[in-house]
Amino acid sequence: MLSLLAVEIPYWGQSLLRVLGGLVAVLLPAGTIVYVFLFKMMSFMQSRLGPMEAGPYGSMQLFAEVGKWLQKEDIQPDNADKRIFRMAPIVVLMSTFLLVAVVPFGPDAWFTDFETGVFYALAVSSISVLGILMAGWSSANKYSLLGGLRAAGQLIAYELPMVLAVIGVVIQAETMNLQQIVVAQNAGSIFGSDIVGNPYVLTQFVGFVVFMIAVQAELTQAPFDMPIAESELVSGYMTEYSGFRFLIFFIGEFATAGVFAMIASTLFLGGWGVPFSWFGWTTMDSVDNWMNVAGPLIVFTKMMVLVFLIMWIRFSYPRFREDQLQRFAWKVLIPISLANIMVTAVLKVAF
Amino acid sequence: MVAQNIGFAIIAAMMIVGALRVVTTSNVVHAALWLVVVLAGAAAQYILLAAEFVAVTQVLVYIGAVMVLFLFGTMLTRSRIGRDSGLNNSYAKLGIPVAVVLFAAMALALSESFGTEKLPSDGSLVTTQQISDQIFGPYLLPFWALSFVLLVAVIGAIVLARKD
Repeated sequence: MLSLLAVEIPYWGQSLLRVLGGLVAVLLPAGTIVYVFLFKMMSFMQSRLGPMEAGPYGSMQLFAEVGKWLQKEDIQPDNADKRIFRMAPIVVLMSTFLLVAVVPFGPDAWFTDFETGVFYALAVSSISVLGILMAGWSSANKYSLLGGLRAAGQLIAYELPMVLAVIGVVIQAETMNLQQIVVAQNAGSIFGSDIVGNPYVLTQFVGFVVFMIAVQAELTQAPFDMPIAESELVSGYMTEYSGFRFLIFFIGEFATAGVFAMIASTLFLGGWGVPFSWFGWTTMDSVDNWMNVAGPLIVFTKMMVLVFLIMWIRFSYPRFREDQLQRFAWKVLIPISLANIMVTAVLKVAF
Repeated sequence: MVAQNIGFAIIAAMMIVGALRVVTTSNVVHAALWLVVVLAGAAAQYILLAAEFVAVTQVLVYIGAVMVLFLFGTMLTRSRIGRDSGLNNSYAKLGIPVAVVLFAAMALALSESFGTEKLPSDGSLVTTQQISDQIFGPYLLPFWALSFVLLVAVIGAIVLARKD
């Protein structure tokens, strides 16, 4: 199956590669996002330099930070529910690792070729809410509990528009398998022209916008960062966490941003593929093997573009109020995405 | 087939432990979290049966929505950390015979209707497309009826919650 550059690899080798690949696919984007966007782009937008001392242009700063966190004392509040307190960050990180399992990186470079890929991604992304609620409750701190409850309310409210936005793509691609969604986009054509294939960002632009707003809210990035509103709640459900447990939350936050951006690029930007007409490919089987190497790089590039969007909005807009947030989800995003589904379905039948 | 059986045994044992802990633990939030273990185990069993769509739906609906709402509700109302007394009411013992009778009835119904019949082992999957063809074909009317029941529940909740 996995014939990377036409080399046959035994099954155990494939499995090992997939596990290692999963670790890389979660941790590498997280590190890159933190350095490029959180350290450097944010500094640039705020007219300062950001970290400059550790390594050239501060590129080793990340290792210094990780080292610092690992050295710190592991503090657990006296009244906390210790076992759940320790489990919570792991549940959040686990949800990220489950999420990356369905992202395809090439014709053979996938972790699982799941029939219900999109549906699965939406389902496991909601597991992180459990971790956040556990963290908020077990800390035995009012601010933490409030943060956890806000997070749960927000994530439930924004999961709906996210699911509804994806349905447009599923209708158009006629499949929920992410691999086949990629093929449908790159083998497709718009008005008979197949120069750029048919990336759904063009035909499903409304869905794309709704999806990205919902992602922003699911990631609790500003302007949707009420759960960790530092001026009201110290830092929400993470208040009592320090040392490497905080580090796990931190990695989870940015790794999830990366993975969601990968899923968005798969759904709307054509994923690992280039338009098949460029190389005369027509179906999945005719794709050349070198795409297994080029594919991950293409996904990574698209992910960086989308994370740039997320971070740009994060650094630019002030925080919503809690009632504005809920009203926006239920009265604006959900009606828009429902209308989008209806129009898509009608056009699908008409053409 | 052996690997599936071992997987089934491990998951089933996990589910039984989880289910017992749900009713024996003395903390409401712990009970809810043990219930998550049971529901996740059910999803894993569906995966073993190659029923992907049902498994994913189980995760999305029960773990992602119902349990989060459970936790949300208990944390808003009675979110004490530590042991909680008076969780059992006076009818607690009545649950045991009810559970036994239910188990017997379900086991009997299953063995009566399927007997020694086995799932085809050639891996013939029921795809999502087939499920949707069934729901939006012969089962359209029950589907509508269910949606209507849900709509009634939603409206009822709003009527109860509104103060004006």
